[in-house]
Amino acid sequence: MKNKPIVEEKSIFEHVSDDGRIHDKIPMADLPAAYVRNDIEGMPDPAEPEVVRHFTRLSYMNYSLDAGMYPLGSCTMKYNPKLMEKAAQYEGFLMLHPMMEQSTTQGILKLIYDTEQYLKMITGMDSFSLQLAAGAHGELAGMLITAKYHRVNKTNKHTILIPDTAHGTNPASASMAGFKVVNIPSGPHGMIEAGMIRPYVNDDTAGIMLTIPNTLGIFEEQIADIAKLIHDAGGLVYVDGANFNALIGKARYSDMGVDIVHLNLHKTFATPHGSGGPGAGVVGVSSFLKEFLPVPVVERKDREFVMSCDLKNTIGRMVGFYGNVGIIVRAYTYMRMLGLDGAKEVSEAAVLNANYIRAVLKNYYNLPYATPTLHEVVFDDKFQNGDGVKTIDIAKRLIDYGFHPPTVYFPLIVHGAIMIEPTETESKDELDRFISAMKSIADEIKHNPEVVINAPHTTPVKRVDEVRAAREPRLVWKR
Amino acid sequence: MADDIWYNDNHVWATVENNHAYIGISYYAQEELGDILFVELPEVGDRVVQGKSFGEIESAKTISDLIAPLSGKVVEVNNDVINEPSIINEDPLGDGWLIEIETVDAKELKSLLTQEKYEKHIKEVSQ
Repeated sequence: MKNKPIVEEKSIFEHVSDDGRIHDKIPMADLPAAYVRNDIEGMPDPAEPEVVRHFTRLSYMNYSLDAGMYPLGSCTMKYNPKLMEKAAQYEGFLMLHPMMEQSTTQGILKLIYDTEQYLKMITGMDSFSLQLAAGAHGELAGMLITAKYHRVNKTNKHTILIPDTAHGTNPASASMAGFKVVNIPSGPHGMIEAGMIRPYVNDDTAGIMLTIPNTLGIFEEQIADIAKLIHDAGGLVYVDGANFNALIGKARYSDMGVDIVHLNLHKTFATPHGSGGPGAGVVGVSSFLKEFLPVPVVERKDREFVMSCDLKNTIGRMVGFYGNVGIIVRAYTYMRMLGLDGAKEVSEAAVLNANYIRAVLKNYYNLPYATPTLHEVVFDDKFQNGDGVKTIDIAKRLIDYGFHPPTVYFPLIVHGAIMIEPTETESKDELDRFISAMKSIADEIKHNPEVVINAPHTTPVKRVDEVRAAREPRLVWKR
Repeated sequence: MADDIWYNDNHVWATVENNHAYIGISYYAQEELGDILFVELPEVGDRVVQGKSFGEIESAKTISDLIAPLSGKVVEVNNDVINEPSIINEDPLGDGWLIEIETVDAKELKSLLTQEKYEKHIKEVSQ
């Protein structure tokens, strides 16, 4: 691979020369003569091979799951089988339009209906809406349901409790739905303890938002007691099911006393992690909350599937039509491919892989919580601080070893967190390569910390100026 | 800046003179945060309360509440750090001050840490 710094190369738009080349002819449009120009000043003039080579070289610099392991904790970057893509490309799905007659869309309606049945089976929840366009969108729907439930029941409750390990989107979603957020501390074992949250629960408590397993990869062992405490105060229990990939076929949210849950189809069910979309964050509720779900919902009337808006206290529409249906097709395909037994093995392998890494690397990197973990493991940089090396340096050095870095500095309660989630799709060989890289970096830090502090060495761009990127973002191309 | 500097557990300092206090974040805090991107401060005339948040500070790594070491009314806000937050990284105890408040209650001061005790506190939290 030719590693000429492509960032210094002209973009295709800037490819305007004055050496006598001519740009491609724009096809004649059916326009009045007054609007037709013979030449456009500054029209880019690259030839086809130049365009192809430019983008091909760019693509070489991309890192993806098709290139290697991507242990970005909390994000669940697993390899998605290509079969899901094939199914979504079937002509019958591709050519669908939401305005088609319902009699002609029975296939997709059945698929949505069946997907809901599978989700109900594995989570234990009573009803689902599949239309939410992302995980955080699902959270917002869940919080709007909570708000409407309290409004309809005239409970006058305005506070949502959220632990300090939560995904940042949780407090944002609760705030967007009009709630006041109260941050609750995790206990010494990295989980929420019923005794510790009791002082925070009062007449104003509208609910709690928990992540199970939480962002440290720890199962909230006291969930049943916590749920009882919240229910006794008249509140609802919301679970962020982003980490459900650790629990499929093993534990059901309904059995834990959960009233509302969202799942990220791209984490548990192998749909693409879009760069901002399209995604799907399905929301499941207990039966007493079904009337609040967003509309439309897909229902079965005898042998026919229909879209219905007939829910008494619905929070309304959260998207136009029915969300990102192509994503639901992929999740459905994944579920059908695995079956319940296969899905269980997904969770088992995800947990086993994370614990393999934990067991081997704990002698090299500090483990801030000794509590057993499930699908991910959080280390910190305490062992390395003495040599002047921080988490960010370790992450950057991993790039030189050919791996995408893990999530760093999250969850916020772990100082210098290094959050590793290998997922179930990595083989033992790949895990061993990653472990070997991490060990080697720990060794470098002891003997030659400079090589780590100045990493990465192999990329066309070294460390980026994050301050300038955040404060002076250049989001559009200008001549 | 006065010689006497007080800290709370949340890495916010205060210097007090004639019932006025300047407030900022500690050297340790700016180092831990890394490059600071944005800071959100109260307005002149707002009241800050000891132990409560008076603003937010965001770095490339994280976003944190600023916890007030003392109560009082905001009489001045350092607009320079709002426009150029890197000043906080460069000089957290000097030009990187955040707000000035007035009428400091001497009783509240007693709950704060001296430089020596604060350094001990840092050692504990970073172990």
